[in-house]
Amino acid sequence: MKVLVETHNLHKRFGGIHAVRGINLSVRQGEVLGFLGPNGAGKTTTMRMITGFLAPTDGTIRVDGVHVGLDPFQAKSRIGYLPEGAPCYPDMRVEEFLAFIGRARGFRGSDLQSRVERSIEAVHLQQVRKQTFETLSKGYRRRTGIAQSLLHDPPILILDEPTDGLDPNQKFEVRSLIRSLGRERAIILSTHLLEEVEAVCSRAVLINRGHIVFDGTPQAMDALAPASVKANRLDHVFRNLTTTEPAGTTK
Amino acid sequence: MIHRTLVITRREFAAYFSTPLAAVFLVIFLFLGGLFTFNIGSFYDRGIADLRPFFQFHPWLFLFLVPAVSMRLWAEERRTGTIELLTTLPFRLGELVVGKFLAAWGFVLVALALTLPTWITVSWLGQPDHGVILSGYIGSALMGGSFLAVGACLSACTKSQVIAFVVCVAACFLLLLTGFPAVQDYFNGWAPRAVVEAISSMSALTHFDAMVRGVVDARDLLYFVSVIAAFLFMNALVIDWKKAL
Repeated sequence: MKVLVETHNLHKRFGGIHAVRGINLSVRQGEVLGFLGPNGAGKTTTMRMITGFLAPTDGTIRVDGVHVGLDPFQAKSRIGYLPEGAPCYPDMRVEEFLAFIGRARGFRGSDLQSRVERSIEAVHLQQVRKQTFETLSKGYRRRTGIAQSLLHDPPILILDEPTDGLDPNQKFEVRSLIRSLGRERAIILSTHLLEEVEAVCSRAVLINRGHIVFDGTPQAMDALAPASVKANRLDHVFRNLTTTEPAGTTK
Repeated sequence: MIHRTLVITRREFAAYFSTPLAAVFLVIFLFLGGLFTFNIGSFYDRGIADLRPFFQFHPWLFLFLVPAVSMRLWAEERRTGTIELLTTLPFRLGELVVGKFLAAWGFVLVALALTLPTWITVSWLGQPDHGVILSGYIGSALMGGSFLAVGACLSACTKSQVIAFVVCVAACFLLLLTGFPAVQDYFNGWAPRAVVEAISSMSALTHFDAMVRGVVDARDLLYFVSVIAAFLFMNALVIDWKKAL
């Protein structure tokens, strides 16, 4: 399968803080990559660099073969992105917002209309389509954020905590949606929920202090826990890998 | 490219009307405009059929009202985090900057258009020189546009709309101040004539006054267009620079 996201030796410094320290990733079509790590590990920063919101201090990123730094316009049109916290315009109505995103993505007329309808159906927004964002619950905001990321049928989806704030039923639905989308796309999603990785991801990447400390299937991650650990085995591995200092760490 | 710019313009323009901002701005602009023209500007007592008293106060009216229009352009996007959404959509930076500016300018032009009854009134009362009035409107629109470009650029620097507003008022005041008679008199006493002229040519007030008198000079037009272009360019630089922070 085709490599759709490729980062090479990615670094990001914010003043004196070295947030991302040499991330090398390549994500293929059909992969659903769960991006894990403690708060402040560099997950959101890495995702922001892939989507072109932040410029890396060093390193290169290619999405679907396009260099993000050199041709951001082409790169951005290949990505669907749910930013952290699902930001939205408080005074806009859900369907107006989706139509704006559609127009921004270059769709017009009946094509635009049918795409808006499809994305509303995909995450079940029918009930709130005429409501403004400020009147929506956290779950609906998040789902609208997912809807806008799907609108143009992108080959690459970057979802920053897509199930945060959803109730168990909504989580279940969004996870099935991600699984079905993942067959033909490359998806990177960040999460704090390790059960989510087991439920939807074909690959888990754990980062700590800007370094990748694990990259493999959720089963391989599970296998790192000693046999004596019976429950929450991924939690055990997570704690083990993120509470010890990774080799070669320098400030 | 123009199409994508207009996608932004359309959203931003609608955003003004989705909050009370539009109504508050328009009512205050029209009320103060009328007050200045008819009461303070002695529109009737002068016995001259023109709109000089009307335009004369525009720089001061715009000084406080235009920054209120521009302050939200980028600062609000930063505060709510939607800037992340906006800048990861396939837009070129120039399209975002120009699109937002056009929406704000369109809004100010709506406010100006609502003062057209004053023009009708003066035409009914006498025989004004319509060319002079049109030139005044063009000057007013361009001055509003210049203030907006300054405001948009400053709004991109901060997430606080209040800071964007206050700094913009100060910056626009400076832009006006250099053309103020008192400032010019101060320099007149000792500075060479060329310096006095250079200082006064930096001022929005000098160029605006010329247009209100009915003189549409290419230099005045060029001045306003350059101010708008320069500040929009800086606006784009600020947005791009923040990406690398």
